[in-house]
Amino acid sequence: MPTQTLTTPIRHSAARYRFQKMAGRIALYLVLVLIALLVIIPMVWMLSTSFKLKSQLFSREIYWIPKVITLENYTKILNNPSTPIARWFTNSLIVAVLTTTAKLVIDALAGYAYARLEFAGRKQIFGLLLATLFLPGVMFLVPNFVTVARLGMLNKFSGAIIPALASVSGVYFMRQFFMSIPKELEEAAAIDGCTTFQIFFQIVLPLAKPALATLAVIEFLASWNDFLWALLVLKDRTVQTLQPGLRTLQGAYTSEYGLMMAGAVIVALPVLVLYMFLQRYVVESVATTGLKG
Amino acid sequence: MATGKRKFTIIPYLFILPHLVFFIIFVGYPFFNGLYISFFNYDYLRPEATTFVGLQNYLDLFRVGSVKYFEFWNSMRVTLTFVVSSVPFLILIPLGLATLLNTKVPGSNAFRAIYFAPWVLSCAVISLIWWWIFQSQGGLLNHYLGALGLPTPRWLSTMPYAMITIVIATVWWTMGYNMIIFLAAMQDIPADLYEAGRVDGANAWQRFAHITLPLLRPVMTFIVITTIIASFNLLGQPMMMTRGDPRMPNGGGATEPVMLRIFTEGFVRPFQGSAAAMSVIVAMMMMLFSFANFRIFRQHE
Repeated sequence: MPTQTLTTPIRHSAARYRFQKMAGRIALYLVLVLIALLVIIPMVWMLSTSFKLKSQLFSREIYWIPKVITLENYTKILNNPSTPIARWFTNSLIVAVLTTTAKLVIDALAGYAYARLEFAGRKQIFGLLLATLFLPGVMFLVPNFVTVARLGMLNKFSGAIIPALASVSGVYFMRQFFMSIPKELEEAAAIDGCTTFQIFFQIVLPLAKPALATLAVIEFLASWNDFLWALLVLKDRTVQTLQPGLRTLQGAYTSEYGLMMAGAVIVALPVLVLYMFLQRYVVESVATTGLKG
Repeated sequence: MATGKRKFTIIPYLFILPHLVFFIIFVGYPFFNGLYISFFNYDYLRPEATTFVGLQNYLDLFRVGSVKYFEFWNSMRVTLTFVVSSVPFLILIPLGLATLLNTKVPGSNAFRAIYFAPWVLSCAVISLIWWWIFQSQGGLLNHYLGALGLPTPRWLSTMPYAMITIVIATVWWTMGYNMIIFLAAMQDIPADLYEAGRVDGANAWQRFAHITLPLLRPVMTFIVITTIIASFNLLGQPMMMTRGDPRMPNGGGATEPVMLRIFTEGFVRPFQGSAAAMSVIVAMMMMLFSFANFRIFRQHE
């Protein structure tokens, strides 16, 4: 076998070898670009449609750049009191920011305890938390809805925020991070007489900034994009968030695709911008949590 | 640190307490309460009318010939059809994409970012986009199919096309997720292994089949299980793209998955006890599925 491979480069002239390599590269790029187009086109179509007049939607030809660029769709949905999309936007922002902030605090505290502190029942409690990660979410839908209704949290932001704080994945993520940092700093601080809380807030948390940032991005995305739970608990138009709001929008207009795409753009734009700037955090968190899970 | 000290201290419990309280109320308690509710006729708007019905909610789902039986098992069949028709694409396409990107040609990071981008969009957004693309009137797809002289089916309202639209939208939306995980796993494979393969005269395909694939097996287990579970949870796409249509002759819809059935039963109709019973059955099936998969892949290791 080795002799065979050694003769291969000699059989080809150097130029031909280079040509083959180049052709392979070009073919690869063609495939990569083609797939990228397939991924991007639906988004471009959404954007393009959102700037079109209704009369242009059903024309015989497809105009990727609208013949007349109009903002009418945007002004119309922003000003229609039965689809208060600006209000929904604010609601989504409130729910997502509060959920994310509360989760960061709660999950960092708990994650640190399960990673570093010693206490009776630590293994058992954490084992129990982990076991629930494998339970299908559908089991919790009806009973949690009933709990939220009984606690009077229907149609209140608390009904969307508080149940989300129970999730285990953030605690697990933070615990994995705290396990990975060296213990020496904490030990030195303990010898200097720092309390556990001082160690946590003054030494450990500053080290955890990258992990907290990653968790924040993921939790914000999850909260912003949540559809089913928001649909169930935030029903009144005034407390609705954007995702169920899009469904309301879909029901409010018939074949006004320009309006609906304008709505979709308003919902999609914040996360796409966030993704453009924080792409690394999003991708890396998927890669690491995926591998560890 | 507490190392060395054996004295009882309350402080660690203060760290876990905030999370644990929410966990107990919204994970621990509903675990039992869901089962409990499933034994009642329960409507959250009229809690005073709650009546104990024993196993009736379950028996209804197994009473052959009843409407509830048909609607429920039809929706189970729809969900399984979706799982079987989406999961292979959601594994093979990301595997292919990751392999292409793993060649580390200049710009591969940009392509990775683009391919993953749809994943950050919400279910409602992607459903609306594809719903518009698949429209018979003004839809992008039929416009180009028509221009090419190809048949232009009514995608969203006839079978099997309605199911195909949901699969396409889902694959486009989530393929980047599995791709990222595959890619991360591929990048962990030591380069010398490929070097050794090359020295032994293995071509690209042989290196993929005999080096990459076997080393991806643990990740593959993870991806297969999580993808099946994710596909099992299908809800938003049919809710917004097809509304579960076309209707079936005996009730239920040809693209109405079980999550949509549970939603209708418990939150459109006032039958939360019955919806809880359906949830219990679905959850048990999902756990069985994951467990079986886990065992199958473990045996191969």
